[in-house]
Amino acid sequence: MSALIEVDNLVKHYQGVRAVDGISFTIPRGACIGLLGPNGAGKTTTVEMLEGIKEPTSGSIRYQGEPLGAKFRREAGIMFQSTALQEFITVRETLRMFRSLYDHGVALDELIDACALHSFLDRDTRKLSGGQRQRLLLAIALVNDPQVVFLDEPTTGLDPQARRMLWELVRDIRRRGKTVLLTTHYMEEAYELCDEIIIMDQGRIIAHGSPDDLLARHFHDVVLQLPKADFTAGVLPQLTALDCGDSVEILTSAVTDTVQQLLAGGVSLDRLRIRARTLDDLFLELTGKELRT
Amino acid sequence: MMKRLLAVFIARNKEFLRDRAALGWNLLFPVLIVAGFAFAFSGAPAPLYKVGVAGTAPPSGFFTTPHVQFIAVDDLAAAITKVERHRLDLLVDVAGARYWVNDESPRGQLLERVLLGSDNAALRKQAVSGRLIRYVDWVLPGVLGMNIMFSALYGVGFVIVRYRKNGVLKRLKATPLSAIEFLAAQIVSRLWLIVAVVMVVFFGTHLFVDFAMYGNYLTLFLAFAMGGICMISMGLVIAARIASEEFAEGMLNLISWPMMFLSGVWFSLEGTHPLVQKLAMIFPLTHMIDAARAVMLDGAGLAAIAPQLGVLLAMTAGFLVIGAWLFRWE
Repeated sequence: MSALIEVDNLVKHYQGVRAVDGISFTIPRGACIGLLGPNGAGKTTTVEMLEGIKEPTSGSIRYQGEPLGAKFRREAGIMFQSTALQEFITVRETLRMFRSLYDHGVALDELIDACALHSFLDRDTRKLSGGQRQRLLLAIALVNDPQVVFLDEPTTGLDPQARRMLWELVRDIRRRGKTVLLTTHYMEEAYELCDEIIIMDQGRIIAHGSPDDLLARHFHDVVLQLPKADFTAGVLPQLTALDCGDSVEILTSAVTDTVQQLLAGGVSLDRLRIRARTLDDLFLELTGKELRT
Repeated sequence: MMKRLLAVFIARNKEFLRDRAALGWNLLFPVLIVAGFAFAFSGAPAPLYKVGVAGTAPPSGFFTTPHVQFIAVDDLAAAITKVERHRLDLLVDVAGARYWVNDESPRGQLLERVLLGSDNAALRKQAVSGRLIRYVDWVLPGVLGMNIMFSALYGVGFVIVRYRKNGVLKRLKATPLSAIEFLAAQIVSRLWLIVAVVMVVFFGTHLFVDFAMYGNYLTLFLAFAMGGICMISMGLVIAARIASEEFAEGMLNLISWPMMFLSGVWFSLEGTHPLVQKLAMIFPLTHMIDAARAVMLDGAGLAAIAPQLGVLLAMTAGFLVIGAWLFRWE
């Protein structure tokens, strides 16, 4: 896939703080890239520079080989993390207003169908639920039929049902051949939607690749979880058990052997859970921090 | 119950006392108002009667009557109109040996007795008549002007600051909309709303208050519209960069309240301290109200209010240039 956006040695300083510290990557046309990192990692600053909202201190961002400019603003769709809308106007009026700002775009009826806005089209934007509001903001981001869509934490604060509905909308965007840059705190979301993920910490990229590749590259084991009450420390000195509050976790690449050892040690396996390594584990491994800290 | 009440009471007190801007404003504002009024009306008490004098009056007889303010008159025709409107109680043309009095004015009648009872019996009477300009006639242009000022400053200044704070401007910045297009839309939107509201208030009030309107409606419309554009532009300057609603509110109060008191909305600036009169000239509201009063009360035409319109135009241009230059989406 050819590169739609090229980022080269991007730097952003805030009063002596290097919020973004010389990062480079490309966003292939038609791909969905996830940008992950804890609060303060520099991902929102990075995204805002890519969106043309903030000026980089140094480095370059090129869209279709050109610096960000009028063409980019015409062809980019942006869903900000927190956007207030003008008050006392309805969903339909809001869509019309944003559609009028672009020469080229999609028909509103098509957008209303795509984002399932029918049931609250004539409602004041102040009276929308969290999920309805996010769908409207997504529709606004798509109003100009963009080539690239920026989604900044689109499902934060949504209930699981609303979150899955939004995922389906994002998949639909991808099916239309759009390029997506997604920032999120939810690893499951990144895993479900993204072709590639970029993990940032302290303004730098610390890992970049497809989710499966990254996990395969860093982990060759799985996690066995047991309630602490069922596990007697010291019974199995050859196993390393991590204390996780009410439970213990045992990392192993030989599940059968480990389970046999636990049984031999008299440990009850009635409440045993086995899970694969996740992006949360990867982040913890790479930085020593929880992903949402 | 008292414990809970006390806890909330203490928390609220801390919240207020630690909000330095709000606290400062609450302390400073009444002091500024009292000091402003004290300064504006410092000096001797206002005279009871006003007499226009054309030519040089002798420093004796009637012209030394206490509690009468003798005002030198250059434009005799304008002064006669003031007698007709009861804004001068009497007018004396010393060189022409004549005087004008409004037969419908009790104050004029009384002053005429004083004039003729002194050494001026030879003066020829020039009777005029005309409707009394009541306070309601006088104050209406001021009230309409004040309404325009608040609507313009808060409707544009405060709203743009709120847009900036809650991210509406950031969202619009990410579209092809330019800053000039955005600002122009704000100006036009607020202007037509102001004009529409002023027209409704003007004609609605006319239904139950028979106020004076001697001039041309289009000329009056022009005065209000130009004043409105000027104060909208002033609001743009205030909102150009501020991102705090509290700070914006303080700034708007700081500008609008002195303007309301010192632009002649509620009382005439005649008789106030000369510095106050000079200070008032920096406010666009002063020029708009002067122009509107001239149209409504004196029947002034476009040429007569051209100086006020010129000042408003110049101020508007200045505010627009500064506002557009300073403006930031974030």
